[in-house]
Amino acid sequence: MSERPRFIRAQRMTIMNAMLALVILIVVLQLWLLTATTNAYLGGDMGVALPAAIASCVCLGLNLGLLRYLFRLD
Amino acid sequence: MIERGTQSQRLSENQSVPPDARALALQPRWRRDFPIDWEQDEYVSRRELVKFMVFTSAAFAVGQGWLALKSLLRRQQGALPALPIAAVDELPIGGAKTFHYPEGSTPRLLIRTGPRAFVAYDQQCTHLLCPVVPAVEKGCLHCPCHNGWFDLQTGRPVAGPPQRALPKILLDVDQTTVYATGVEERT
Repeated sequence: MSERPRFIRAQRMTIMNAMLALVILIVVLQLWLLTATTNAYLGGDMGVALPAAIASCVCLGLNLGLLRYLFRLD
Repeated sequence: MIERGTQSQRLSENQSVPPDARALALQPRWRRDFPIDWEQDEYVSRRELVKFMVFTSAAFAVGQGWLALKSLLRRQQGALPALPIAAVDELPIGGAKTFHYPEGSTPRLLIRTGPRAFVAYDQQCTHLLCPVVPAVEKGCLHCPCHNGWFDLQTGRPVAGPPQRALPKILLDVDQTTVYATGVEERT
């Protein structure tokens, strides 16, 4: 069983800021994806929605991974 | 002994420093009575923000999945059957009538532009879904809600807030009857 890394407060704060920046970046990417896909769907383009949904799920997976690390950090 | 030293070092590293960096004993009474750990407070608020952003990410993924599902369902519907919507001499040149195609759809607008020429579009403006009205003499369709204009021949936006073309109803005209044969969604 591996011991969890212990960080001092300043280090945890730095890690938290980095995670926050990453999560926001990914969420903005997802927002762009959703906007573009909605536009394509309303325009009758049905070929975009499935790949975009897969990409969005990958983004969610990344975010959940970061969240898991966040829980381990505390 | 070394362990105790490490622990005390860790404690001092995790202690909050008051904003003016003076010792706690030198702080005003209110701060001594209600000491707020500002750094911890900041840490917790950012952690909560990360959680909220991940929740937002999940909501976006669900929305994206819903769009994908709708796309698959629409693909499976296949081609629409032809439906007679008007007699050729039912409308004067420049005249218009509404119809539903397919049954139960939003209202569509059929406009006669010449002796044998017809165009048909979805009647909902692509801006905020107000009904558009034909302005045949200007060669346009007009949305009176926000002064949007569409070209009568193509259905594409020419002025005002709308950005997308009106969905076009494909028509087939024989000697006596006008048939709707399909719907063309456009960006």
